[in-house]
Amino acid sequence: MRPSPRRLLNILVPVKRAVDYSVKIRVNPQQTGIDTNVKHSMNPFDEIAVEEAVRLREKHKESIKSIRAVTIGPSKSLDTLRTALALGADSAIHVQIPDTAPSPEPLAVAKTLRSIIQKKNAEASGEGDKIDLVILGKQAIDDDLGVTGQMLAGLMGWSQATFASKLEVDEGKQEVLVTREIDGGGEEIRCKLPLVVTTDLRLNEPRYASLPNIMKAKKKPIEKLTPEDVGVDFTPQLETVKVSEPPTRVGGGKVANVDELIAKLKDAGLA
Amino acid sequence: MLVSRSCAKRLLASAGRAARYSSTGTSQLNSVTEQDIEYFSKILPKTSIISTLAPISSPSDELNSFNSDWMGRFHGRSTTVLKPKTTRQVSEILKWCNERRIGVVPQGGNTGLVGGSVPVHDEVIISLSNMNNVRNYDPVSGVLVADAGCILQSLTDYVAPHNHIMPIDLGAKGSCHIGGNVATNAGGLRLLRYGSLHGSVLGLEVVLPDGSILDQLTTLRKDNTGYDLKQLFIGAEGTLGVITGVSILTPPQPQASNNVILSLPSFDNVLPLYQTVKRQLSEILSAFEFIDRTAYNLAVKHGQGRALPESETVGAECFILVETSGGRREHDSEKLLDLLESLLGADKPLINSGVLSQSPAEFSSLWALREGVTEAVSKEGKAYKYDISVPLASFKQVVDDTREHLRSKGLLHDKAVKYVLGYGHVGDGNLHLNIVADAYLPEITDALEPYIYEVVASHRGSISAEHGIGAMKTHALHYSKSDVSIELMKKIKAVFDPKGIMNPGKVLE
Repeated sequence: MRPSPRRLLNILVPVKRAVDYSVKIRVNPQQTGIDTNVKHSMNPFDEIAVEEAVRLREKHKESIKSIRAVTIGPSKSLDTLRTALALGADSAIHVQIPDTAPSPEPLAVAKTLRSIIQKKNAEASGEGDKIDLVILGKQAIDDDLGVTGQMLAGLMGWSQATFASKLEVDEGKQEVLVTREIDGGGEEIRCKLPLVVTTDLRLNEPRYASLPNIMKAKKKPIEKLTPEDVGVDFTPQLETVKVSEPPTRVGGGKVANVDELIAKLKDAGLA
Repeated sequence: MLVSRSCAKRLLASAGRAARYSSTGTSQLNSVTEQDIEYFSKILPKTSIISTLAPISSPSDELNSFNSDWMGRFHGRSTTVLKPKTTRQVSEILKWCNERRIGVVPQGGNTGLVGGSVPVHDEVIISLSNMNNVRNYDPVSGVLVADAGCILQSLTDYVAPHNHIMPIDLGAKGSCHIGGNVATNAGGLRLLRYGSLHGSVLGLEVVLPDGSILDQLTTLRKDNTGYDLKQLFIGAEGTLGVITGVSILTPPQPQASNNVILSLPSFDNVLPLYQTVKRQLSEILSAFEFIDRTAYNLAVKHGQGRALPESETVGAECFILVETSGGRREHDSEKLLDLLESLLGADKPLINSGVLSQSPAEFSSLWALREGVTEAVSKEGKAYKYDISVPLASFKQVVDDTREHLRSKGLLHDKAVKYVLGYGHVGDGNLHLNIVADAYLPEITDALEPYIYEVVASHRGSISAEHGIGAMKTHALHYSKSDVSIELMKKIKAVFDPKGIMNPGKVLE
């Protein structure tokens, strides 16, 4: 029996190109930001988001009708989309900004995602084609702002489940049972679709992109959009005053005995 | 021949315990006495001497790590470790030891695999670990001059900001010393690209056994003025003198690196694959490493890097890791993707599948699967390691034959040999044959030797491709070197070290 059209799920996975986590971050000489002429890769939390979407498809088969990756960034962000496609996304959307443009801020990103969802859902031929689940990283490791998912849910008026460590989709009931990472344990919440999920580290361990899938990814469609197409102004609303390195740690010293230790602690006003 | 072989067995059965200096013309070496310690205390500060003898009287467990190799296979009984800070101090120590006929073992990071850096008896250990300064670096020519005790990784970190790398890289980089690398002519993972240390070492400073200092620490790339003496010390394993300084050429850092692990249905595909990869990647190919299925499974079992998805490993008999390094990311990626496309799209594909790293983290993770085999093997049990050069085509045959040989001896079971595995540098014709056993047993040793050496000799291979001879393989040297060669080596040894104090019992019997 074919599932009824409304029970199909369309997943949108926003991904960000970020400085790779293994790279040692260096502040630029002008102290306006960091040296970005280093290796980049997909934000690790977003990688978890792509992996989760692919796992949902492996579990729910045809019920997951589509997995779309989307990124906002310079031309090099295309690599990040290719990775998402190689991991198993079906198609991708690239909102291209100039290579010299500053990194978009969360509100602009959330508005862009809203615009894309609204546009795609307006074009949809039926309920079964509408985007009803957004899975994205809980934060990007470059700016660590961690608010895009929440802003998107607010703008859309959708349910939100942040810091997810487990997802169970019940497509019949149009519900998702999410386990969230909270202080001291996990919290289970039941959410109605449509839904925004942000991923935490324990949700899954992403796979390697296999060669056959990398080759297939080269043929998957990538739609290009401009900031005008989505109607969002990417001018920063935040001003970066100064970026500096944390003070270097001063090495410790050895003391010969307890008395000397106590004397030093007293000198430092600690005892 | 017969005599030397039975000797050999005895030596191995006792794993370095006995082997009192035999035929290098040194009938007798003396043990360190309290008077010697008194003299050493005049040359060195107290903190640079560890000795169980008075007046230092260190607890004996402080010497344990110097007296044993990291695998726990070779054990010496040295009473004294000296840690000089300067070449002058090394010179004075050697002069004294030479006069007193005390055996000397130079020791770097002690990461060797053939017992070359631990005493066979109670020789003095000279640890170079306190000689760890970079003396000079020229970022234009890339020539680095450093003390012998510099750790390879710290040199890598030193030249990194100048956009250079060390021409040598190996699993033990976090502990091994550059002096030890040179003394053992270590090979490692970059040999395919940057050649051996015989090419990249430009000069050496060596203290000879009589205390004289041979200063050949030049930074010249071209210097055809007579015999190239430094070459003798590269790979001499400390039997001719103590290397105290190294001048080495560092290549520019590649601007882009990629790696990919390919799974192969059959070992027969390795050679055609190597040809194809060499042709298509040409100058950007920087490593072509072979891991057989057993080695891969062990690496995964012991958590050395994230495993490939099962869909990519089903039916794979072995794996190949290919690394590229070049000057431009787009150019390299395009070449690599073209290669992979043609490999996957071929009528009779050489590969089943594979994975391509997508980030620096995945790049390291893929390498960890290859580099971690050594560690995984030692976690799994007691390892018999053979590092041999044989023709590429016989890699698998050697591994399979060895396994069958052990099976026929009834030694392939839980309580004896657990695994026989092979991995190594296909590009260099260098196979690491490892036998993982439950415990070191004399009957396993007897089954393996001279069996493996005879197999190697039948292929005109080398019984030690990059690990050296050390104490482990002295008896087997004749499988790879003719009598004429060995005789000449002994004459050279006698010229540099007439009293035979330098690293006795190593390389030459």
